[in-house]
Amino acid sequence: MAAPLVLVLVVAVTVRAALFRSSLAEFISERVEVVSPLSSWKRVVEGLSLLDLGVSPYSGAVFHETPLIIYLFHFLIDYAELVFMITDALTAIALYFAIQDFNKVVFKKQKLLLELDQYAPDVAELIRTPMEMRYIPLKVALFYLLNPYTILSCVAKSTCAINNTLIAFFILTTIKGSAFLSAIFLALATYQSLYPLTLFVPGLLYLLQTRHINPNSAAAVHTCENEEQSLLDLFLGVCHDVCGKPSGNHLPLLLPSQLLGFHPRSLWLYINVFFYTIPLAIKLKEHPIFFMFIQIAVIAIFKSYPTVGDVALYMAFFPVWNHLYRFLRNIFVLTCIIIVCSLLFPVLWHLWIYAGSANSNFFYAITLTFNVGQILLISDYFYAFLRREYYLTHGLYLTAKDGTEAMLVLK
Amino acid sequence: MAAAMPLALLVLLLLGPGGWCLAEPPRDSLREELVITPLPSGDVAATFQFRTRWDSELQREGVWINLGRSSVMSSQGSSAPLSTSSTPPTQSLPLPPSNPWVWPMTLTTTFCAMLCCRGRWSAPKTSPPGRSSCPVVPRASLISFHLLQAGLSVLLKADRLFHTSYHSQAVHIRPVCRNARCTSISWELRQTLSVVFDAFITGQGKKDWSLFRMFSRTLTEPCPLASESRVYVDITTYNQDNETLEVHPPPTTTYQDVILGTRKTYAIYDLLDTAMINNSRNLNIQLKWKRPPENEAPPVPFLHAQRYVSGYGLQKGELSTLLYNTHPYRAFPVLLLDTVPWYLRLYVHTLTITSKGKENKPSYIHYQPAQDRLQPHLLEMLIQLPANSVTKVSIQFERALLKWTEYTPDPNHGFYVSPSVLSALVPSMVAAKPVDWEESPLFNSLFPVSDGSNYFVRLYTEPLLVNLPTPDFSMPYNVICLTCTVVAVCYGSFYNLLTRTFHIEEPRTGGLAKRLANLIRRARGVPPL
Repeated sequence: MAAPLVLVLVVAVTVRAALFRSSLAEFISERVEVVSPLSSWKRVVEGLSLLDLGVSPYSGAVFHETPLIIYLFHFLIDYAELVFMITDALTAIALYFAIQDFNKVVFKKQKLLLELDQYAPDVAELIRTPMEMRYIPLKVALFYLLNPYTILSCVAKSTCAINNTLIAFFILTTIKGSAFLSAIFLALATYQSLYPLTLFVPGLLYLLQTRHINPNSAAAVHTCENEEQSLLDLFLGVCHDVCGKPSGNHLPLLLPSQLLGFHPRSLWLYINVFFYTIPLAIKLKEHPIFFMFIQIAVIAIFKSYPTVGDVALYMAFFPVWNHLYRFLRNIFVLTCIIIVCSLLFPVLWHLWIYAGSANSNFFYAITLTFNVGQILLISDYFYAFLRREYYLTHGLYLTAKDGTEAMLVLK
Repeated sequence: MAAAMPLALLVLLLLGPGGWCLAEPPRDSLREELVITPLPSGDVAATFQFRTRWDSELQREGVWINLGRSSVMSSQGSSAPLSTSSTPPTQSLPLPPSNPWVWPMTLTTTFCAMLCCRGRWSAPKTSPPGRSSCPVVPRASLISFHLLQAGLSVLLKADRLFHTSYHSQAVHIRPVCRNARCTSISWELRQTLSVVFDAFITGQGKKDWSLFRMFSRTLTEPCPLASESRVYVDITTYNQDNETLEVHPPPTTTYQDVILGTRKTYAIYDLLDTAMINNSRNLNIQLKWKRPPENEAPPVPFLHAQRYVSGYGLQKGELSTLLYNTHPYRAFPVLLLDTVPWYLRLYVHTLTITSKGKENKPSYIHYQPAQDRLQPHLLEMLIQLPANSVTKVSIQFERALLKWTEYTPDPNHGFYVSPSVLSALVPSMVAAKPVDWEESPLFNSLFPVSDGSNYFVRLYTEPLLVNLPTPDFSMPYNVICLTCTVVAVCYGSFYNLLTRTFHIEEPRTGGLAKRLANLIRRARGVPPL
């Protein structure tokens, strides 16, 4: 399996290198859909030159990155393009190995449940086989690397790519079972932007389950939780001492979210990111990786300055759930919405900012539509997942009391 | 009323000692002067200057000078005099001593005010600059003057002043030495007002002017508080031959000096001279051109500047300042101070300075980035201008989105950017004699220089007008409705999926519609549903 992965990596690096050398690189790096004030490369360069001038980068309102980014790019500023290509490659490799191990876990769990007769008799076609799962890790790496959103993010040198790498490594180390490393990567990702903190819950659930501890046991939960929490605190404390400033990132609560409009009191929108964690944890406690996928998608939809780089991360997971394809209800419409909105973004931005003919309502409407599309896509996948679980335990060919084919409804 | 606040200052300044309260009974002097300079294009520039000097020992760290209802805060310590000035959104012509040269542009008449009122002080939110100590604000709101009718301030009639094509006001507070050895300190407050009258409006097409035509008032009596009250009229062209122009009433004395590198002659009218006022009850200085003046181009000054915004679209732009040094062989340094509002986010890594096509590194840069809604950007540089060259200073910026309540009632008009301030010691072709603080006219001692080989000049470039991306102002309603809808869609879908489980739907046996339909079918003889 290494050779196809290497081939995919080579193709991805070539595409990115070609775009870096073209005149599109500068155009892409200023697109508001691809870079946000929190992840723009121009602001990183500005922060570094402020440091050279002897002014603190945090004294103005331009630089919002963490001190670790300053340290990283202080030495690597000349190789920035290489750094971003390497981060994309690392993300793909991390996701590849993570999904490879995850497939093994899924298969083992399925075998266990089959032996325990937890499944209904006629669900043979829903059972997953190793043969069909063989190419999924490669597809995941392919989906991530050759996704146009990822390529745009990389060419724009948005620091969202670095965040994606950290989250991918967090997923890898969680699936491998190493609590310490996963705590470190989660701490790094949370340090850069606050939202990955919500991934603590699915990570914890997964680690508890792989250690065969009953997640309902409160004591066990507490000990593991304490372990992870103390690691998080330790790491943040170390960062604080080393860098002097705990975090350069302050949630810009007062700045209007560019993609969700100009509403000044958008605080309640940010709560949405954290709000769904506990209900999802209760419902999906048996399936923590799916929970992680939904949570990453919720972060990408509701964060304060979402960009296409965040969307690319959860889109990479679609091959993992391709067995749900038969239960998806609206996939065609939603794909069309996503594609059309992506094409209309630059058009309407140009009309508002450059041509002066449209106004901001158009751009705002298209961002709303894109978000609606994403929300419906995620809830569609959630629906399909739950439906498959129901069929697995109750049987695929259900009949109603009078013998006709049954209709399943959510009640 | 709001206009009463700033007027209180000048009123009390001219009223008497009852207005201010200091630790000791003040010993102070007031001098006022008016300098009238006919400009080469035919317009007339008039500069008022009022100087008050307090001889009391005030603290070094700063002092509140309470003048009735408005107060003036002086600067911190003797090393940092405070001066603020405001220049209008557009200006047009070369001006007498305080503003030597300004690039011509279109005309508007907006009165800019930054005059010593505490309320006005805090409103423009300027930041304390490093070395230039000269914050400027563009286009503040109107202030009307209602002054005591005595001395030169009788000419400051608001409606005439609003019809001028250029206004500029400044306030300078600084400590001065009382004697040559500087054993004791006095505080000096100078207020200046410069106006430029358009020839066609005032002179009805002819280039003659008189005080009555310009200000619709004449001088009647000197200010009782003033120790000196004079009017200077620039008659430099007069001296060449007596056929060019005629000044009425003829001046008794003249004053000659080297001002800003050129030798100039002024006619002096001293209001405290009883002979001057006694001849007629009022003094209306008039100037008539015997021969129409040739429309020659004014001599190009050694230092002038120009500023503009380039780029297209509402996302970003570039701010460029062109500095011209036209001296044939001398290079001199210039201190450039830029105050850019916070909503134009400057990127200092894009700052480029080029002279004659090559990169020019400034000897000193001080940059203070802006805090959103708290303070503007402050960029101060010391640039060496090579002889006979054009230096271009350019920096890129990004336009920010404001909160919808921060937009002005006419947001598509644009937002003003303060002018940049250039301070330089320009080498002079003609040596000037050193300034005597008490004897020299006020316009000569505003920026005194110790040696006569160069003169100090403070230039203001044009203020700029930039557009910001404007939201549609119906957006709050739209945003609230539609964003709430989207969040409700998400919440609804997730709620359904999280709290409900799958059930097999039981076929419905009854139902009123079905029974009714079966009834009708039985009546028709058709099998039931």
